[in-house]
Amino acid sequence: MKFSEQWLREWVPVESSTSQLCEQLTNAGLEVDSVEGVAGDFEGVVVARIVAVRPHPHAAKLAVCEVDDGSGTVDVVCGAPNVRAGMLSAFARVGAVLPGDVKITRAKLHGIESHGMLCSADELDLGSDADGVLELDDGPQPGTDLRGALALDDVTIDLDLTPNRGDALSIRGLAREVGVLNGVSVSAPEISPVAATSDAVFPVAVENPTGCPRYLGRVIEGVDIVRPTPTWMRERLRRSGLRPIDPIVDVTNYVLLELGQPMHAFDLGRLDTGIVVRNGREGESLTLLDGTVVEVDADVLLITDAAGPVAIAGVMGGERSGVGPTTRNIFLECAYFDPGTVSATSRRYDLNTDAAHRYARGVDYRLQANAVERATRLLVDIAGGRPGLVVETASDGHLPRPRTVTLRKARLDRLVGEEIPVAEVERILDRLELAPSTSGNLDDRTWTVTSPSHRFDIALEEDLVEEVLRIHGYDAVASRVPIVPLPLGRARVNELIDTRVADLLVDLGYAEAITYSFVDPKLADVLDPNGKPLTVLNPVSSEHSVMRTSLLPGLVAALRNNLARREGRVRLFETGQCFHPGTDAEPQGEDDEHGVRDAAGLRQVTLCSGILFGPREEESWSQGDAGVDFFDVKGDVERLLALGGRSIGFARAADPVLHPGQSAVVLVDDTAVGRFGRLHPEVENVLELPSGVYVFELDADAVQARRRRRHGTLSRQPAVRRDMALLVDRAVSAQRIESVVRKRLGEILADFALFDVYSGKGIDSNEKSVAIGLTFQHRSRTLTDAEISRYLDEALAELSAELGARLR
Amino acid sequence: MDVDGIEKAALAAIDAATDERSLDDARVRFLGRKGELTTLARGLGRMSAAERPAAGAAINAAKERVQSAVEVRRRFLDTQQLERELAQEAVDVTLPGRRRPGGSLHPITMTFRRIERIFEAAGYDVVSGPEIEDEYHNFAALNIPADHPARAMHDTLYLDNGMLLRTHTSPVQVRVMESQPPPIRVICPGRVYRKDNVDASHSPMFHQVEGLVVDEGIAFADLKGAVVDFVHGFFEQDLAVRFRPSYFPFTEPSAEVDVQCVHCLGAGCRACAYTGWTEVLGCGMVHPNVLSMAGIDTERFTGFAFGFGVDRFATIFYEIDDMRLLFDNELRFLEQFA
Repeated sequence: MKFSEQWLREWVPVESSTSQLCEQLTNAGLEVDSVEGVAGDFEGVVVARIVAVRPHPHAAKLAVCEVDDGSGTVDVVCGAPNVRAGMLSAFARVGAVLPGDVKITRAKLHGIESHGMLCSADELDLGSDADGVLELDDGPQPGTDLRGALALDDVTIDLDLTPNRGDALSIRGLAREVGVLNGVSVSAPEISPVAATSDAVFPVAVENPTGCPRYLGRVIEGVDIVRPTPTWMRERLRRSGLRPIDPIVDVTNYVLLELGQPMHAFDLGRLDTGIVVRNGREGESLTLLDGTVVEVDADVLLITDAAGPVAIAGVMGGERSGVGPTTRNIFLECAYFDPGTVSATSRRYDLNTDAAHRYARGVDYRLQANAVERATRLLVDIAGGRPGLVVETASDGHLPRPRTVTLRKARLDRLVGEEIPVAEVERILDRLELAPSTSGNLDDRTWTVTSPSHRFDIALEEDLVEEVLRIHGYDAVASRVPIVPLPLGRARVNELIDTRVADLLVDLGYAEAITYSFVDPKLADVLDPNGKPLTVLNPVSSEHSVMRTSLLPGLVAALRNNLARREGRVRLFETGQCFHPGTDAEPQGEDDEHGVRDAAGLRQVTLCSGILFGPREEESWSQGDAGVDFFDVKGDVERLLALGGRSIGFARAADPVLHPGQSAVVLVDDTAVGRFGRLHPEVENVLELPSGVYVFELDADAVQARRRRRHGTLSRQPAVRRDMALLVDRAVSAQRIESVVRKRLGEILADFALFDVYSGKGIDSNEKSVAIGLTFQHRSRTLTDAEISRYLDEALAELSAELGARLR
Repeated sequence: MDVDGIEKAALAAIDAATDERSLDDARVRFLGRKGELTTLARGLGRMSAAERPAAGAAINAAKERVQSAVEVRRRFLDTQQLERELAQEAVDVTLPGRRRPGGSLHPITMTFRRIERIFEAAGYDVVSGPEIEDEYHNFAALNIPADHPARAMHDTLYLDNGMLLRTHTSPVQVRVMESQPPPIRVICPGRVYRKDNVDASHSPMFHQVEGLVVDEGIAFADLKGAVVDFVHGFFEQDLAVRFRPSYFPFTEPSAEVDVQCVHCLGAGCRACAYTGWTEVLGCGMVHPNVLSMAGIDTERFTGFAFGFGVDRFATIFYEIDDMRLLFDNELRFLEQFA
């Protein structure tokens, strides 16, 4: 909310400087966002009267004005359309300096000497009006410095108010607050009823008293809308961020700023029969004052007449009944609308008008009668007119009820953490107009307050604690270190230290990436064609419109980003949540490879994924420039899973995104926990990636899980190694060979090594040669050659039977 | 030739030897079985008994000196040889070592770790929660009913399954309170989302840490202490900290916390818009409605909660001037944090 500092000080005369006042407001929870001067930097500009205007002899669009600046009259050439004899305006004398360091000198314009310049508001940074010279109200003598005449030593203070402080959205509310903070009483302008001078009334019926508990209407006939709003009011509006328009709009805006009461003026001539406050009907629509057409329905509270909607209650008026240059008779609306109702409509139509902003936060529900009188007085004074009687339609049962709230001293001190003296508490409650009644003695004092009609945020004891503490000052409370019991937890043998996995990946050369959780649906579809991701209904952009089911889209985008910046070697990893919506058919709470579903069938699973591209090693004098391959990514995956020390296995992956021959599923204790390998060449193609991108994607919890290690007996017996070369079918996997051998030999086999794989010359093209080394060791005695030969024979026989292997 | 002459010749030959082989030749020539000194010694028999002891002693002394000269020369030649070999094996020690360079942690992760380390040392548990939340946990359970204007403070991203992307980590507080009785002392780090357009200081995805302490006798003074200690611990200096009344539906009283600008230490600079302060954190005493909804007795227990943007702490601490850099994942940027 923007307001003029002078205006506030008129209500509450405090001594403090502008910066002290701002600090006080900020420290009381009314945060000052900015402070700006209300006029540009200029000097030598005075009030002057235009004595006479005559046409310029050589230029049709210019006039020669005879200007009295208090020290005599001079001729000034001026092109403004609004100059006329007798008017008061702002005059920059020769030698004056205008904003932007513009110096005014004597000048000859089309042969006529001009001794200074008549200024528009825009030229003095007094608003944006550049259509004509400034028009001042009568009063100041010519020659008066303009700064003094317009009281321009003022600032516009912009407050960033929290939604609970609707009571501070007016000069009246701010004055109350500043008064409390400084112990100064507030002097409000006198408001008294304006007697009706006409018997005109316009009927009002309220069909929805919940949405509109109070509605005041008043007809004012014969308003002269073309009369100018006085400078003082125009200035106050301008300094509060509102543009002056015509006396009717200006007065309603003025009362809005001054008292915090939104009002609306309808052109009575354009209203039909009577006002009905009711909810919308299916099919109804309304053209608003700003020209937009909105469809309304039963959820929207409207102001209507016999011809249909004329306003969205508390939000914005309609075009049809709006006041304009031809308006003579008006119907003034001053209502209390339910905050929730206005808030919902305002958000639904994205219309955060000054009125809606205040109604949504709560307008003082006892303010309406005063506000309508204030507006009437101002309007009649400015633009004339004959007010009718105020007609009030109210439903007491639907108005907010004052709340009785009790504050216990013991509770206050306990929540604050130190004692605030009783006298101070009572002073604060008094000044906040909370009218406390006290009971108990000094030590167990209890205050019972009634929430005033302007406060919508006083319902609980804690709300009063905040009020007292806020005025007492947060900074006045001494900090202390919380004292709480500190039970020890347990060491966790079954999981890795949280940072371990990321640290290993960093040590393996990966840079950690953080990518958006919402991704491009096209990318998501290519990288997880079966994913069925959740859609963001109101995304920030279409490239961020589906929730990731995999980390790969983000990592691929990051890879592209880096390739575009000519990075040739990229290793990135990310750990983050991915989202699998699931279907209704899948039962909730069901465990599967992606964790537990919640009630909506959604699984939110943390994955740990990486992407590799480019040379295995950084460019170096000692290492080649071979590119990464399947076994690089596999090696890293093995290192990761080795942290947990659980039994891992691999199986060929049938993954549409990965190269069918260079990809694998990772199994931990025979459960799939992830996949890795080369991107499918077609995927690389579609994504316009270079060839040779490798990825891994693992379930983070599976990587984090750790097997408890235990000491086994170390054999002191010598170990014996025997190697053999086998011929097997090309399709036989290394893992299969190892598992057949291990299964057959059991614990006598201390170690298994597969140290050579060869295919090519001398080997049948359907076969490969595999060299394995078997290390035997007995727990308690030395093995004989005969025993070892027997074990080798057994192993070979098993390999032959299971896999068709034979000795090479 | 007499013994002195032979010794001189021998010592000269030994000195002249340039390698193992020429040294051995010299040794054989003078000390070998047919060597000149050996032969001279053999001639002792032909001498008189009176001459023999002195001549014998002279020859033996000469043999010993020659023998020792051979040893000295051998050690010298060995050393020389080793030095030649070592020189041969010398490498350019300034060439880079053979290694695989390490990667880097993201500055956000580093910031999370700094934060967690401070709180864990004080006995806070670290808990996390789902990023896709329901309306209840993100809003209603935090005392933000449907038409509350506070919902406009959160530009929420909604999903087609009726859920939403959590706008803060506060729902994790609720989940903690639902699942365990006081005393509670946790921090909840995580990602959060709001419908903000990307610019130098905004992102639709960012990170928060939420803190919650609920126990008997927890007061506003404790909240101040915890927040001030954390700020000092994180920035590793005793910056001024200012508490201003503010509003959050889930705390009462509520406060916004400003920290003395780390760049200018309060003097006023561009980074703090010449205010001397940087707004870093929101906090307050847990609202009784929030405690009640989670089934906690509000007469017996009180608590405080705080929440802050990790990205903000990261950008301040690591002097990152544009938030977009955090999520571009450019290696040039990331590798600075290796």
